[in-house]
Amino acid sequence: MSQEPQQSSIFKVIGASSLGTLIEWYDFYIFGSLATIIGSQLFPADAGASALINTLAIFAAGFIVRPFGALVFGRLGDLIGRKYTFLLTLVLMGGSTFLIGLIPSYSSIGYAAPILVLILRLIQGLALGGEYGGAATYVAEHAPANKRGFFTSWIQTTATGGLFLSLGIIVLTKNLVGAESFADWGWRIPFLLSILLVGVSIYIRMKMHESPMFSKLKSEGKVSKNPLKESFNNKANFKMVLLALFGATMGQGVIWYTGQFYAQSFIENTCHVDFNDSRYILLWGIAFATPFFVIFGSWSDKVGRKWIMLAGMLLGVIFYRPIYQIFLDDTDVTKIEQKDIASVSDPVVTRTVITGTADSLISTSSTVTLLNGASFQKIQSHTKFADAGKPIVELPDAYKDKKLSTPVFWKFVFLIFFQILLVTMVYGPIAAFLVELFPTKIRYTSMSLPYHVGNGVFGGLVPFIATLIASFSGSTPLSGLWYPIGIAALSLIIGTVYLSNKKPDHKEAESENI
Amino acid sequence: MNGLKKALGLLWIILGPVSIIFMFMQAFEKVGLAEEGVHKTNTALQWGIILFIFIPISAGLVIFGWYALKGEYDKLPDDDSL
Repeated sequence: MSQEPQQSSIFKVIGASSLGTLIEWYDFYIFGSLATIIGSQLFPADAGASALINTLAIFAAGFIVRPFGALVFGRLGDLIGRKYTFLLTLVLMGGSTFLIGLIPSYSSIGYAAPILVLILRLIQGLALGGEYGGAATYVAEHAPANKRGFFTSWIQTTATGGLFLSLGIIVLTKNLVGAESFADWGWRIPFLLSILLVGVSIYIRMKMHESPMFSKLKSEGKVSKNPLKESFNNKANFKMVLLALFGATMGQGVIWYTGQFYAQSFIENTCHVDFNDSRYILLWGIAFATPFFVIFGSWSDKVGRKWIMLAGMLLGVIFYRPIYQIFLDDTDVTKIEQKDIASVSDPVVTRTVITGTADSLISTSSTVTLLNGASFQKIQSHTKFADAGKPIVELPDAYKDKKLSTPVFWKFVFLIFFQILLVTMVYGPIAAFLVELFPTKIRYTSMSLPYHVGNGVFGGLVPFIATLIASFSGSTPLSGLWYPIGIAALSLIIGTVYLSNKKPDHKEAESENI
Repeated sequence: MNGLKKALGLLWIILGPVSIIFMFMQAFEKVGLAEEGVHKTNTALQWGIILFIFIPISAGLVIFGWYALKGEYDKLPDDDSL
């Protein structure tokens, strides 16, 4: 085995692995982006049992199934090899996505439709659980020892790349077929299109060779006979699995989800920033920050992985609350003075009958434009009772569709960029870190589980737990941040105290160290 | 540093069951507060999933603490895995 593989060869390996992983993320995201339309097409209008299935499909596939996928496919990867296992995850993911696009509507096949969605979503979750570990392991085992961080960091960029691709294809399809047709049948196109992308990726991956390290193990007859037992029943290895989870991936997961998902949700739902503005802010932030995955991954080859990852967690712990406070302050329109207002549109009055009563909700809406270019919609509402004897009840004013002034827009882009920069610090080096923590013969199994528990469970639950904390009495809009801050702080302490910062040995001869 | 690793081990051992007890209390409260019908079942389902997945994780934290207390992390093996 050559110590320094050909540059063109390693870039082919990275390209094939990254493309597949990017498509897996694409497949995973389009369901979330189109959940409302899918719900209206494949689920009955009344809630009932379908609401349960829907909850399971969205909730379980995201959290519960991924770690199981990590175990199932990790084991396979350590038994039969990396190449065929993550080829299988790609086929399962792409096939499930394609089939979701073909499921007849609820009006055609009744409850079979939501049940089929649930089954395919579970397969998607399992496949995603198996994909990442395979891709990271495959790339790392091809990379020279002193460049593992650099090469595996390309895999790390695919999560944001998949998000970009899914948003892009959805927007493009919607514009091409029109909003009405998109809601009717056009939403299937992004799902069906997946098969083309998967086909290309399978073709490329089929031409790749097995990882040289795994091939060597196999030729020497040293492949693990029971990777699950060796990973979790062997104290020396299991203690490293726990250390990886609590000292690194747990913190990485919450930083990842806070920076990329909670931030957008907060700006849109808590600050009530306009739908397009909130997305453009995120897209600019991701675009500026994505190259840093590779920069930090590469830097970790020189200074070690530990302190870069922990610095990302520390900065999150310190800066999350001030950042989100700025989001709140800069979108607080209740303190605007009359002299700052450029114009107020004519009011539009709407009357809505309150369901089940003869009472009405009267809303008066007007658009306020400020001298600095910002604007927002102000809605004043009151309830008018059918019984004339009851007094009118005034409701608090509501503000929505806030369009930001140009300086505030770019300030928000910077704050999102900064948060995603922290994501790149914790996420860029972590694939190489995990790969280096475990021996080749049980690596796929050992690294996949802590990664998916950390990322999928701790990270994936950020929206749920943050909302839960915000529901506590006495909570403020910033209270939900205590969850990612607390978890990141815990991981920071454990990582600081227990992890070692081994710098890659640039003279390491891989063939001697399997 | 090894003394700190061991001392913190005790904290992780305690933190595991405490976090699970807290989650059980929250689950009972939130399911109790949910509206009858689908909403209640959905809330129960979500909390069921959370407890199902966090109980083993908390057990892992206790084991991690136990290993730390016993000095298993005092000297990590040199990375000779690759």
